Amino acid sequence: MLAEFLQYLFTGITIGATYALIALGFTLIYNASHVINFAQGEFLMIGGMATVSLTAMGVPMILAVVLAVILAGILGIALQRFAIAPAKQADVVTLIIITIGASIFIRGIAQIVWGKEYHVMQNFSTDQPIEVFGAVLNSQSLWVLGIGAILVVGLVLFFTKTLIGKAILATSMNKEAARLVGIRTQMVLMLAFMVSALLGSVAGIVVAPITFTSYDIGIILGLKGFVAAAIGGLGSGVGAVVGGLSLGIVEAMAAGYISSDYKDAVAFSMILLVLFFMPRGLFGAKVVERV
Amino acid sequence: MFKTVIRRAGKCAAVAAASLMMMSAQAADPIKIGSFLSVTGPASFLGDPELKTLEMYVEKINEEGGVLGRQLELIHYDDVGNASSARNFASRLIRSDQVDIIVGGSTTGATMAAVPLVEQAQVPFISLAGAVVITNPVKKWVFKTPQTDRMAAERILADMKDRGITKFGLISGTGGFGSSGRTQTLEVAEQMGMEVVADETYSGSDTDMTAQLTNIRNTSGVQAVLNFGFGQGPAIVTRNYAQLGMELPFYQSHGVASDSFLELAGSSAEGLRLPASPLLVPDSLPDDDPQKEVVQNYKAEYEARWDSKVSTFGAYAYDGLMLAVRAMEEAGSTDPEAVRNALENINGYVGVTGVFNMSPEDHNGLDPESFRILEVQNGEWKLIN
Repeated sequence: MLAEFLQYLFTGITIGATYALIALGFTLIYNASHVINFAQGEFLMIGGMATVSLTAMGVPMILAVVLAVILAGILGIALQRFAIAPAKQADVVTLIIITIGASIFIRGIAQIVWGKEYHVMQNFSTDQPIEVFGAVLNSQSLWVLGIGAILVVGLVLFFTKTLIGKAILATSMNKEAARLVGIRTQMVLMLAFMVSALLGSVAGIVVAPITFTSYDIGIILGLKGFVAAAIGGLGSGVGAVVGGLSLGIVEAMAAGYISSDYKDAVAFSMILLVLFFMPRGLFGAKVVERV
Repeated sequence: MFKTVIRRAGKCAAVAAASLMMMSAQAADPIKIGSFLSVTGPASFLGDPELKTLEMYVEKINEEGGVLGRQLELIHYDDVGNASSARNFASRLIRSDQVDIIVGGSTTGATMAAVPLVEQAQVPFISLAGAVVITNPVKKWVFKTPQTDRMAAERILADMKDRGITKFGLISGTGGFGSSGRTQTLEVAEQMGMEVVADETYSGSDTDMTAQLTNIRNTSGVQAVLNFGFGQGPAIVTRNYAQLGMELPFYQSHGVASDSFLELAGSSAEGLRLPASPLLVPDSLPDDDPQKEVVQNYKAEYEARWDSKVSTFGAYAYDGLMLAVRAMEEAGSTDPEAVRNALENINGYVGVTGVFNMSPEDHNGLDPESFRILEVQNGEWKLIN
């Protein structure tokens, strides 16, 4: 009984940690610009695919990872510069549609460059699974959790201790006021896209040995990440982490105890319930309308 | 400068004259072979090798003098994996191109969309798609070359029985291929007196099947596990299976019988078995196997011409084209009715996929034994029987 439960829990936490990282990327950009960036999943794909193709070309793993993350960062900046910035006066809805277009574009390019096959990435450390009370844990899951935790702590420090982080926070709270005190809000927006691209690509790289990677992996993982962000309350960092983990765990438990057929149904009814009773998500900010 | 132009013009004239003479030598019109395939789009892994195979063998047959003394002409369209464009192209092939026979239809969807048109226009049609519905119930003008998923299930379950297994767990994808395979497996199991004790599914985009496999492992009495699916899902199942340390005999379907599956699943695939085309193990076939030569030749010719790995799907097109040619030769004409009757009576045609014995009740003509059971040993396919 315990072994079974632990097994489902491990599965859930691993995939949940990935969802959480993607959700954090959504949150960052949402905070800075109120745009929901549907190209978030593509950053994840770029991270995984670039690492795989670079290692296939003989680049050492660590260097490949760094290069892939940099590539994703540049892509994030380019997305903001060339797709979002030119439409700066447009509605938020228009901007969201632009990100959908951008994601289709990036996916198309990736398909031409890397082809349509699935690719494997080696585990970072041993292939040997770890046994805990009768349940087995893929060693890669520890990497996902560890790196996820480091990134979350890093983000918290970035936002509370550095001037740039505080500038992003300030912009998200009040764009006009931030500009008045001398913050270059366009710059901040670009930074937000870059950081969220970095987050996404790292998530894509650590999870690739478990899920494989291909040009279209970003669609479904990106969507699940968005669901996680919505459950947690768009815009809340804690919410993104809690939302991601709980979505992953609920999915795994549903697949294990109820039936794999209802797994996605259970996950999606969870959002309905959360949003029904707490329309701003679990940790969403209370919005006070000033008159 | 002027001289070269003159010389080139002279060469052109010579080539033109030569080809004119050749054309007059073969005064008869070419035989038109129509095809609609999913050359691009999500099913391009099917359509691409199929088109390459058709192009290459039409060329080869023409060099060797054609069929019935007439050259072959291949007219093909790309349906992009879309059933409604497949229907449009089938209609264009029949109405404006007026083809003599159609060899095509990479996916079951595309094939079934074209079937009503073909039946109405009375043109022989050889489909390259898998599902059992194409030829069951039998349609007068429709034939197909790949084995059905039912045969795969029969072959796998027979192999289990040989190993003394009567109770097994099933895990299948929820996509078209997996769910059809699941239905067929459940039916065949009942007929063969075997019991499916656990029945789990996963969706195509799932990235972890540990939970489902844990359920199967904890089911009492399970002696083996069968995974019916397509794409990357089965590779993830295979990896999770190894991670969980499950030691029961493990089977996959013909849906993943390719070298890229071995690459994805890595060492986790060790010891698993699946039904597959002999094309995966051309050199391990016994010498008295009638298919050995055909399979080896096809593989060698395809790889020499296209410089890419041969695929099982291209072989369906090879068999389709050769069946069409043989039927026309036996009919002695391209009269649709005569060709159809000849197709229906083809016996003992040795193809890459298997040995075809058509009959009015069976427009596929293959038996489950045309699948070979392979086992993964040291990262390679090994022929079991």
